[in-house]
Amino acid sequence: MVSDPITWIFVIGVLLLLGVATTVGQFLKGQPESGLNPAMVQTFNRRIRAWWLLCSLVAAALFLPRTVTVVLFGLLAFWALREFITLTPTRLSDHRTLFWVFILFTPLQFVLVGLGKYDLYSTLIPVYGLLFVTARVAFSGDPKRFLERTAKIQAGLVLCIYCLSLAPALLYLDIYSTADMNKLPDPQVNPYGKNALLLFYFVFIVQMGDALQYLWGKVLGHRVIAPSVSSSRTWEGMLAGSGSAALLGAALYWATPFNEWQAGCISLVIALTGFAGGMAMSAIKRDRGVQDYGTLVVGHGGVLDRIDSLCFAAPVFFLLTKTFFTLS
Amino acid sequence: MVHFPEIGSGPPADRVKTLMTGPLIALIAKLLTGASARWVDCQPDTCQRVYFANHTSHLDSLVIWSALPGPIRSLTRPVAAKDYWGKTMLRRYVAGHFNALLIDRKDIKVHQSPVDLLLREIGSVNSLIVFPEGHRSSGRQIGAFKSGLYYLCKKRPDLEAVPVHLDNMNRILPRGEFLPVPLLSCITFGSPMWLESGEQKTDFLDRARENLLRLKDI
Repeated sequence: MVSDPITWIFVIGVLLLLGVATTVGQFLKGQPESGLNPAMVQTFNRRIRAWWLLCSLVAAALFLPRTVTVVLFGLLAFWALREFITLTPTRLSDHRTLFWVFILFTPLQFVLVGLGKYDLYSTLIPVYGLLFVTARVAFSGDPKRFLERTAKIQAGLVLCIYCLSLAPALLYLDIYSTADMNKLPDPQVNPYGKNALLLFYFVFIVQMGDALQYLWGKVLGHRVIAPSVSSSRTWEGMLAGSGSAALLGAALYWATPFNEWQAGCISLVIALTGFAGGMAMSAIKRDRGVQDYGTLVVGHGGVLDRIDSLCFAAPVFFLLTKTFFTLS
Repeated sequence: MVHFPEIGSGPPADRVKTLMTGPLIALIAKLLTGASARWVDCQPDTCQRVYFANHTSHLDSLVIWSALPGPIRSLTRPVAAKDYWGKTMLRRYVAGHFNALLIDRKDIKVHQSPVDLLLREIGSVNSLIVFPEGHRSSGRQIGAFKSGLYYLCKKRPDLEAVPVHLDNMNRILPRGEFLPVPLLSCITFGSPMWLESGEQKTDFLDRARENLLRLKDI
């Protein structure tokens, strides 16, 4: 699997980039007189640490069986849901609903992804989960703010579990490039096969999109989109950041089954949805009056702060790939 | 009546088993409750202490015990409700391995006060974890303290009383539920306090409660 030179070039490239970023971050940390805002340097270093973690998570997909990646993403999603529900006020009568959400739906979703049962894992949470949560809350006999409570639990389940589970689901698709698709059903044509590399590519573009949007926002940004939701997200940052992520994605097309313009378009779409994810999660945080999910329970890392863009971009990337680059 | 599970007093094979199971139980408890421990103006220490905490869940004693560093954990004995932890085989087994002192809340004899029994049990080595509210409060409020904490500190003025605030435990295992939901919780250890000479019972208990309440907002 890893004997492929393209994979090696990509991985080594990303490692070099992370290495350079880490060095710069540590250098800035040691230069308090550099004139840069220390809080900014700290944010930067924290992001780099999260990238190392995410990249090692995805790199595991290159070297280990794909079930391992599914399990690791499952743990990540589980932790994200814990943070989400901890932040969300629920009533005591929701306790048993939450129990089933954590104990049944979360593991089952990833088991189904691991078994490659698309028909089941694509419907488990949006259909059965939604019906179950609604009904179980009703059975608890507490009608107070019924719709609000069910909506909160459903949102957590869909955003943290369902959306994130579609990232490792990518490993189970038979993906073809468009050129190969036209030749089918020629038995000589093989699927793209480097799905782990595609997952790595996806995570890399989303994270770079985040960083570029932040960077361009600092450099150009002056029209803030929604000051009461996020004071740092600007139209300029969104457009310039997503545009540069698209260029980067197009430049790296050789690692994917896409051609240049397909890679560019898909990168643009995932950078934009990633941005939307960041906006949505920060709206939830502002509503609850917290700065970061990390500060909500002091001492925890704030997983949700780091993967909000992944949660939104993963289902879009998965579904676009599945619709246009597989046989189904 | 107070029932003391016999820890460390059995044959050597049992002691080894306890050494193996204790850390495992602590690990499971930490994973289940996502507990992060913070020490504010207080450092982990093996000196004799009474950790007193707000009580919102049956898991409280287990969770605080698990949050302590290993060497201190083995010296610390949580006081737990016998009617909960003594009920089933599994609970008795777990309670035995986290060093619990099971107190029967329904049957407290005057001539054999639990305070004396607790002090006798900890000797000059162990620390205690107690819940001075006496029963679980349902939400974020902290009820009035019962006098046990005062008598412990009065009879042993050298004991450090350390306030411990538990956050979010009531959502992980609320009153009347038997299955926990693995949310995240936070345990805050505050600065130690002692009974001042001549300090009245109500003054001391109020001061202790204030110290605990203060940890809520740190």
